[in-house]
Amino acid sequence: MSKDERGRATRRGQPYLEEPEAKPFWAACREHKLTAQRCSSCKKIFGFPPQALCPHCLASEYEWIELSGKGTVYSQIAYHRSWHPAYQDKIPYNVSLVDLAEGGRLVTNVVDCAPEDVKIGMPVEVVFEDFPEYTLPKFRPVK
Amino acid sequence: MGSISGKYCIVGMGETAVGKRPDATTNSLHLEAIKACLDDAGIKNTQVDGLLTNQPLNDSHRSYAVKLAHMAGIDPLYATDLALGGATPIAMVEHAVMAIDAGLATTVVCVHARKRSTVDPTPGHPIRRGDEHWEEPWGHFAAAGGHAFAASRHMHEFGTKSEDLAEIAISTRKHASLNRNATMRKPITLEDHQNSRMIVAPLRLLDCSLESDGGGAVLVTSAERARDFQKKPVAILGMGQHHPHFSLLDAPTLVTLGGKKSSETAYRMAGLRPKDMNFAQLYDCFTITSMITLEDYGFCKKGEGKDFVKNGRISIGGELPLNTHGGLLSQAHLEGQLHITEAVKQLRGNEVEPERQVANAKVGIVSGHGGSLAMHATLILGAL
Repeated sequence: MSKDERGRATRRGQPYLEEPEAKPFWAACREHKLTAQRCSSCKKIFGFPPQALCPHCLASEYEWIELSGKGTVYSQIAYHRSWHPAYQDKIPYNVSLVDLAEGGRLVTNVVDCAPEDVKIGMPVEVVFEDFPEYTLPKFRPVK
Repeated sequence: MGSISGKYCIVGMGETAVGKRPDATTNSLHLEAIKACLDDAGIKNTQVDGLLTNQPLNDSHRSYAVKLAHMAGIDPLYATDLALGGATPIAMVEHAVMAIDAGLATTVVCVHARKRSTVDPTPGHPIRRGDEHWEEPWGHFAAAGGHAFAASRHMHEFGTKSEDLAEIAISTRKHASLNRNATMRKPITLEDHQNSRMIVAPLRLLDCSLESDGGGAVLVTSAERARDFQKKPVAILGMGQHHPHFSLLDAPTLVTLGGKKSSETAYRMAGLRPKDMNFAQLYDCFTITSMITLEDYGFCKKGEGKDFVKNGRISIGGELPLNTHGGLLSQAHLEGQLHITEAVKQLRGNEVEPERQVANAKVGIVSGHGGSLAMHATLILGAL
């Protein structure tokens, strides 16, 4: 395990693809589909991270549904300091909280847009970025 | 059920030297804090029968409280680790009151130390803060990021500016400059704040707290027993908690946090209102945290924190002195443990440098805040 200057372990920086509750989400991202759990009982979207029982009514039955990929920026920030070697040459970069149209929120990046041009309330839509081992949903401004 | 307001007291408090303590370990800092606390109270370790501590960040083994009790020669009738991040030091005092009230123990030490500025040679495993695996893949790594989201949203909704947050950093540094046991003592100006480098926009370096080594502890007992101790007891008048979300992903809002309901519980228990407070020691991991807490605690309306912090109101001599020790921003970041010890000293009187003593300090409020802006705890303390 690599350590930072204060002796703390470097952050992992990657999703846990094999986490049982989240496995279908990451598999769908690989096919460029944004999905979420919908409760079979109260019909509400679970939100993220995925979990075994409905956070609203505790029902255990749910289905994975494909979302529209539309959302709105709830808040946005720009990292000017890197906490991970992979981001050393990417600063400054945007990180946003995107509220999805159907419910649920993701920590994500708004791309195709300079960090200073990302605004709270901005409508965005999903795009997918493929890495060798996984695919991340990101968002771009709706044209 | 009768109110427990005023039935329990803090009768001892200890602080270690803070800053860079390269030769210390997490264990040694905890022991040092316990010893300082028991010396201050004037009792022996064998007279303590309860211990509460914070789960150490860099070592995830279980039951640290029990390990620590026996390292400190304490045979506990009650001991446990709490894990509410920066809300833990206050929660420890609350749990001590509950344990004594329930008859489990009579004299409980609450201790917390951190080893974050210099490397801890003790091997251990870091603890997960929250849902990092749903944040880090997109480059969100730091507490500064989570609080930058809150600051960004506060600015959007209420027109708060970076210059307004600077008022908190400047006043807090002024207080640290008067505290001999503070890490950063050189006064700063608005220009210094605005010229400090951006960390996670909109937060700059001088909006961020320190990484520190050090520890602190307080000793809690009943008001009856408190009379037998050598120092003037400080009464626990009100307590509260609220944890409105866990991660950024399920936060209903980032501009009102757990402080609203937590303080409502504490004010109700104490039978007091915001205007009764002579000072506030509010958790300040970032400047925005204190600003949101000032609003949530009812010192001003939501969104008016930017005006409240101006014109010396939050400095010693002002209407509501805030973080009279220099806070996490400038004294040391021990997750708020020293916000409690500072409140105790202010209420005892004659224990801090005279120039930072709040005149006629009778009642003060203390906040703790932890996780992804998720956990919150409140204490209202009063001089007897």
